[in-house]
Amino acid sequence: MSPAKPVNQRAWWFVLPVLISVAFSALVPLMTIVNYSVQDILGPDQAVFVGMEWYKEILRDPELHGALYRQLLFTAAVLAIEIPLGVALALAMPERGWRASLTLVLLAMPLLIPWNVVGTIWQIFARGDIGLAGYVLTQLGIDYNYSQHPTDAWLTVLVMDVWHWTPLVALLSYAALRAIPEPFYQAARIDGASRWAVFRYIELPKMRGVLTIALLLRLMDSFMIYTEPFVLTGGGPGTATTFLSQYLTQKAVGQFDLGPAAAFSLVYFLIILLLCFVLYTFMKDPQ
Amino acid sequence: MRLSGISYRAGSELWLRDVDLSLAEGGINVLLGATLAGKTTLLRILAGLDRPSTGSIRKGESDLTGIAVRQRNVAMVYQQFINYPSLTVYENIASPLRVARKPAAHIEARVAQLAATLRLTPFLARYPAELSGGQQQRTALARALAKDAELLLLDEPLINLDYKLREELRAELKQLFADGHTTVVYATTEPLEALQLGGHTTLLAEGRVLQSGPTLEVFRRPATLEAARAFSDPPLNVIPAGMLADSVRIPATRTPASEIVLGIRAHEFSLAGAPGRAALSGKVELAEISGSETFIHLARDDVRLVAQVPGVHDLALNQLCTLYVRPASLYGFDRDGRLLFAPES
Amino acid sequence: MARIDLEDVGHRYAGATDSWALRPLTMTWNDGGAYALLGPSGCGKTTLLNIISGLITPTRGKVSFDGRDVTALAPEARNIAQVFQFPVVYDTMTVFDNLAFPLRNRGWDATRLRRRVEEVADILELRADLARRARALSADQKQKISLGRGLVRPDVAAVLFDEPLTVIDPHLKWLLRRKLKQIHQQLQLSLLYVTHDQTEALTFADQVVVMSEGEIVQVGTPQQLFETPAHRFVGHFIGSPGMNFLACEWSAGAATIGGVRLQTSSAREPPSGAALSIGVRPEYLELAPAPGPNRVPVRVAAIQDQGIHTMVQVEIGASLAWAKLRSPASAARSATTFAHLPPQRCALYADERRVP
Repeated sequence: MSPAKPVNQRAWWFVLPVLISVAFSALVPLMTIVNYSVQDILGPDQAVFVGMEWYKEILRDPELHGALYRQLLFTAAVLAIEIPLGVALALAMPERGWRASLTLVLLAMPLLIPWNVVGTIWQIFARGDIGLAGYVLTQLGIDYNYSQHPTDAWLTVLVMDVWHWTPLVALLSYAALRAIPEPFYQAARIDGASRWAVFRYIELPKMRGVLTIALLLRLMDSFMIYTEPFVLTGGGPGTATTFLSQYLTQKAVGQFDLGPAAAFSLVYFLIILLLCFVLYTFMKDPQ
Repeated sequence: MRLSGISYRAGSELWLRDVDLSLAEGGINVLLGATLAGKTTLLRILAGLDRPSTGSIRKGESDLTGIAVRQRNVAMVYQQFINYPSLTVYENIASPLRVARKPAAHIEARVAQLAATLRLTPFLARYPAELSGGQQQRTALARALAKDAELLLLDEPLINLDYKLREELRAELKQLFADGHTTVVYATTEPLEALQLGGHTTLLAEGRVLQSGPTLEVFRRPATLEAARAFSDPPLNVIPAGMLADSVRIPATRTPASEIVLGIRAHEFSLAGAPGRAALSGKVELAEISGSETFIHLARDDVRLVAQVPGVHDLALNQLCTLYVRPASLYGFDRDGRLLFAPES
Repeated sequence: MARIDLEDVGHRYAGATDSWALRPLTMTWNDGGAYALLGPSGCGKTTLLNIISGLITPTRGKVSFDGRDVTALAPEARNIAQVFQFPVVYDTMTVFDNLAFPLRNRGWDATRLRRRVEEVADILELRADLARRARALSADQKQKISLGRGLVRPDVAAVLFDEPLTVIDPHLKWLLRRKLKQIHQQLQLSLLYVTHDQTEALTFADQVVVMSEGEIVQVGTPQQLFETPAHRFVGHFIGSPGMNFLACEWSAGAATIGGVRLQTSSAREPPSGAALSIGVRPEYLELAPAPGPNRVPVRVAAIQDQGIHTMVQVEIGASLAWAKLRSPASAARSATTFAHLPPQRCALYADERRVP
């Protein structure tokens, strides 16, 4: 079968409006950022060219290292939990009928909630005095307080993210599973394969493409996470849950240091790009 | 329509190379070749869905090469039964007519006519998902015919249907295209289908044209051994001339007899000896009985032969068996595969 | 090796209260035989196959292997192997691992396993490809792997095929068919082959079961089905093209077309009031230039030279019939022609059934 795409010049005309708006909303700001990142902006009209100065400074900044380290840890934990959990959920879901529809709707609900509302929900939910989970935990004798203990804050942010985003992985995996033709399962039954073998040799290989997408999506999004932890813990206690994007915002908006902030943004962007590239190459189908 | 020097490269692979082809106007043009021979790629280029990397397509005076598919007067039927799932059969057939803004009365009459020809009249109110495979494909065909395009492309349209249904539809298709109104290009992997459809046949292998011409001519006078092989079902029997040299006289050619390779079609063999016939003996590997004929698989030295003989012959495994063939039915090829001689028709 | 008995086995799909996917039937499949289930789409052949393999539990009836009731037994416990329409291989494994998979699931030790896998790979001519990734092979090789996974178990009693040559190129179909036949002779397994392609069915099987709309229409050897179809459907379905049915009348003890008396192989009289036709295969319909016994005047409607043979369409009385002649066919050229119906090759059909 010919794999090439059809040649149709007219299509470009339809895409042009989008291209223009993307250019304005993304490319121009991006170029502005590059511009800022090599200048020291002292005032509205006073800008001094400093070359790579900001880049050197932020790369040496210990607070940045701390935020980066916490971010990496967070993303790794998120991926390690959400991907297997999502797949497991997809495997457990009913295949057809009204039960399937019902499960799909229930599963999709956390994805529909605005992100700051998600933060607010969990902020209240985990409180020791009026929150259901927090109250139950304290009643059980567990010393739980997410605004004071760093570990508790981490766990809460993690659980919140898992609750929020695992459904996405589950839905994608579910779609991939439905696409596997029945004879594969039948042949495996006849071969006497165990449930685990069916998963490992049939389902997992056939879900490869979709899992790559899910992994990349969660990697990018969790690396940029801002709203939910900000609303939940404000980055605290102290800097325990201050991840990269929050640190960047503090620097740019809080301290109004545009130069370093711009440099930081670019570095941030490049880190995500690198991670995605590495992961994609690793996960790509060798065929 | 003429294609000259067409080649098509996708990524690092060359799907078509140097294809020169003339389509017979108003007739059936069969593209015969194995899977991945380039048939679908060629059809897509004819349709205008893909642009060839080199070469040109000309119709009369005009050059069609760069023209997009929307501007071309072409209709296409695919292997998978492709219909608009949300439209009824009636609406499916009517869709090209609606796009062409034909008057309502004309649309109604034409749809009724096509439905009658393709035996779809009882199903006009149904949706494609409710129909059987054969009915869905007939709907796709009716829709393609409704467009009344100059060029109708069919990409192995019957391959997903039952054997018997295929036979019936093939006969129907032949009837439909007999009026010479449309230029039809029909891609298939089965030599027997090409023979049944008639018209012109182009043999494709690995992106190259092996031979092109009236079907029976290509069948009876293959230009090369590869072409003869491509157009044989059961597979062509190929033996060195030496195997028959003592028992029969091979037409004289400039090539020394030791370099000649003989080709024998399976149905030319017979179990009855007669004066003048060449004999080939071997061990029976298998005898397949198919109703009124038997396929005998023989092994001799390193050569495997298949014979298609009339009658039911229950031969035992490893039994010695002799096949006879008239020297007049032999094909001869030289060392490079070029045709030296062929049976007179 | 198993004898398979089906007693009053029938099946309805869930939700269909008044239509059978498979009408109740009783049959025995003998040890070591090669059977084909032949019929159009939707005739119930795949349902029957899946009941035998255990993928479907029939809504009624009993399935026994060698006398043992296996109706409720799962496929993996039935010692059967099944090859599907498209190759089912484990992409991530090598050919060797694919073939070894069923044995590893049974806990075989490495040496015994290796020997068995190599044995089966030899039979299937896959020995050279054992180390390659299964994904990289062609469709016909993948089908061989699917088959191999079934053959590798020494206790396998029957191999079931569900239209296995569908995705295979015509050139390669020959090789695979030969391989299947060789395996049958070599390993003496019971083979059950489902197909809609009558050439495949007739060349493969010792006994062919012709099915239509959920029931068995006729069972017989390829030759029996070809020469003496019991039902018009069988006559039509088998043979390429199918049998010609010429409308005729019955008068004064003989079948007549347009007043010409014709002798057929049917000895009995047809029941009165039935719609009569004479069935004769295109392969046996001959054309002659002059009148004679069992010859009817015909008009030649079309002549198609199809390379290997020539198809001639003639009008016989009110019916159109095809004659399949060897190319070149000079007898077809003349305008006034007679069709010769060899008596032993014709039979009378009353309504749908053959008159004996």
